[in-house]
Amino acid sequence: MTLRLFIPIDAGALAVGAEEVATGIRAAAARHKVAVDVVRNGSRGLYWLEPMVEVETPAGRIAYGPVGPSDAESLFTALLDNGAHPLRLGPTEEIPWLKRQTRLTFARCGVVDPRSLDDYRAHDGYKGLERALALGADAAIEEVVQSGLRGRGGAGFPTGIKWRTVAQTKGPQKYIVCNADEGDSGTFADRMIMEGDPFVLLEGMTIAGIAVGASKGYVYIRSEYPHAAATMEAAIAAARRGGYLGGRVADSSFAFDMEVRVGAGAYVCGEETSLLDSLEGKRGLVRAKPPLPAHKGLFGRPTVINNVLSLATVPIILEKGSAFYRDYGMGKSRGTMPIQLAGNIKHGGLFETAFGMTLGELVDDVGGGTRSGRPVRAVQVGGPLGAYFPRALFDTPFDYEAFAARDGLIGHGGIVVFDDTVDMAKQARFAMEFCAIESCGKCTPCRVGSTRGIEVIDHIIRNENRAANTTLLEDLCHTLKFGSLCALGGFTSYPVMSALTHFPEDFGAPSRLQAAE
Amino acid sequence: MSRKQPGNRAQTQSRWDKEVALLRIQEHLNREGPLLPILHALQEEFGYIDEAAEPLIAEVLNLSRAEVHGVVTFYHDFRRAPAGRHVLKLCRAEACQAAGGDALATEAEARIGVKFGTTAPDGSVTLEPVYCLGLCAVAPSAMLDGRVVGRLDQSRLESLLAEAQQ
Repeated sequence: MTLRLFIPIDAGALAVGAEEVATGIRAAAARHKVAVDVVRNGSRGLYWLEPMVEVETPAGRIAYGPVGPSDAESLFTALLDNGAHPLRLGPTEEIPWLKRQTRLTFARCGVVDPRSLDDYRAHDGYKGLERALALGADAAIEEVVQSGLRGRGGAGFPTGIKWRTVAQTKGPQKYIVCNADEGDSGTFADRMIMEGDPFVLLEGMTIAGIAVGASKGYVYIRSEYPHAAATMEAAIAAARRGGYLGGRVADSSFAFDMEVRVGAGAYVCGEETSLLDSLEGKRGLVRAKPPLPAHKGLFGRPTVINNVLSLATVPIILEKGSAFYRDYGMGKSRGTMPIQLAGNIKHGGLFETAFGMTLGELVDDVGGGTRSGRPVRAVQVGGPLGAYFPRALFDTPFDYEAFAARDGLIGHGGIVVFDDTVDMAKQARFAMEFCAIESCGKCTPCRVGSTRGIEVIDHIIRNENRAANTTLLEDLCHTLKFGSLCALGGFTSYPVMSALTHFPEDFGAPSRLQAAE
Repeated sequence: MSRKQPGNRAQTQSRWDKEVALLRIQEHLNREGPLLPILHALQEEFGYIDEAAEPLIAEVLNLSRAEVHGVVTFYHDFRRAPAGRHVLKLCRAEACQAAGGDALATEAEARIGVKFGTTAPDGSVTLEPVYCLGLCAVAPSAMLDGRVVGRLDQSRLESLLAEAQQ
């Protein structure tokens, strides 16, 4: 008999010892003279249980975790017996944290072997492409429009409308560019997809190419993600061998091929026009819009530029139809969002669910509060450019418009939890500091304003003309918000202003509690 | 693919050599927008982008030297001088701050005796900040020579520093 085991190769699992566990399990198998087939899968996204080892049984996959290297021998012995072990979590799909999710984009992540095209196809892979080819380009775009899918990178622009614009723009060459420059702290969903289910991204890009008439795609992956880049390269090679990329995609008349490009450590290149300049081999400077990338994008050609999650969601929309996807969600936020719970959190990881769950449910109920055990004081939603929300705003539903209405943003879906030891003036200062470090320098509010922002916050913290400097900081944030060319300068005002508004006591102002007394 | 697999140490890097550099440049000339792939290839080969590489690339790509220089200096990744024998990157972004990363960063600076962005006098290790490794659910995190480390605490940091200072 051959024992089939799953040990993640996801960078988050490797960072907590998954490689050592795999080595230990293989050594234990050799000692017991048992043949094992160790599949290196992606992560299921329950990171506090990583490294999570799964074993295939007649009753389905059974999970164990978190497994340390020293547990390998006892775990393996247990697997040969009745499977009882202190680290046994039960059937993976029945783990409540996973069971209460709605996994559409992440349906296969952690389930399949990310380097196997056969495994992808065995799990409904390339069914979306099949249907797109049957529908034809215009109808495929219409499906994406009707699904209500919006840009998951943060801007929330309707994906189908973008595609339609590119399809209607004439050009000798068009491009599909995937923005995999996932620089927001607290986010890792793109990385998980690329490391755990890369073919779904390839399929999404291929569908986009066929729909708009583009024959070439680029995935721009940040250099901080070497594992993701390596897995994507392997998947592209496998798809070419399997006839899913190249001159005749899936035996159709369409040609589509793609290439991985690695960034070079510039956060601003997550902004789409800056990313395009970087791909062209230039400094990653933000472009003024118009022209839109859909009209003049990469090398001046019509270009679809979408986030990893947007493109990775396209296959299931095409496979199951727009109505299937649109039926999840609330208001203008349709479908599901892969939410990432991070920072000082007890149950951190990837939680995909329909839009509409409240921030409080996500942090307290799903996330289990802080890992430190102290009270949650603030959460930053949407990365370094997202607002800090206090507990008082925990009734905000996870929805693009609901967050905007409270001067926040959901961005790429990251939630970073802070306990009551956080100093919000320091966090506001860091937001300005980060903007100063990462500003591309093209527009003045961002380039100069960020450094002035650090100085003004320092004055406030030191109680130098506090009232006047607080007014000055508000004014500066206003200038940044409305005067910057892109979201880096424009949205730096969100963390700063939210910290100032919701946590004035950290800036030396009397706290609301004291004021109320 | 020409890029080294993650986790590999770049200790096999060779000294600056114009002929080798030209070969590495030529490997990418059939690509659209080849400048970033070229710079990555040269840094992989030599560990940094030698000043002499700039006019060389400029000539081959028919760019001005200023344009190439502008690109090299824009991106945080490209080094102007070789790094230490090890490169230790500590994440300084919000998710790691929330999990106690700042104290560990201060500790690392004190133990190595250098500030972020500089190399230890004995050439053992270059300490660098990184703004997110995407390991935010196992924060605080670090990367030593391409190897990722999560749930960093005092004892894990100590073993990383011991390894880095070899």
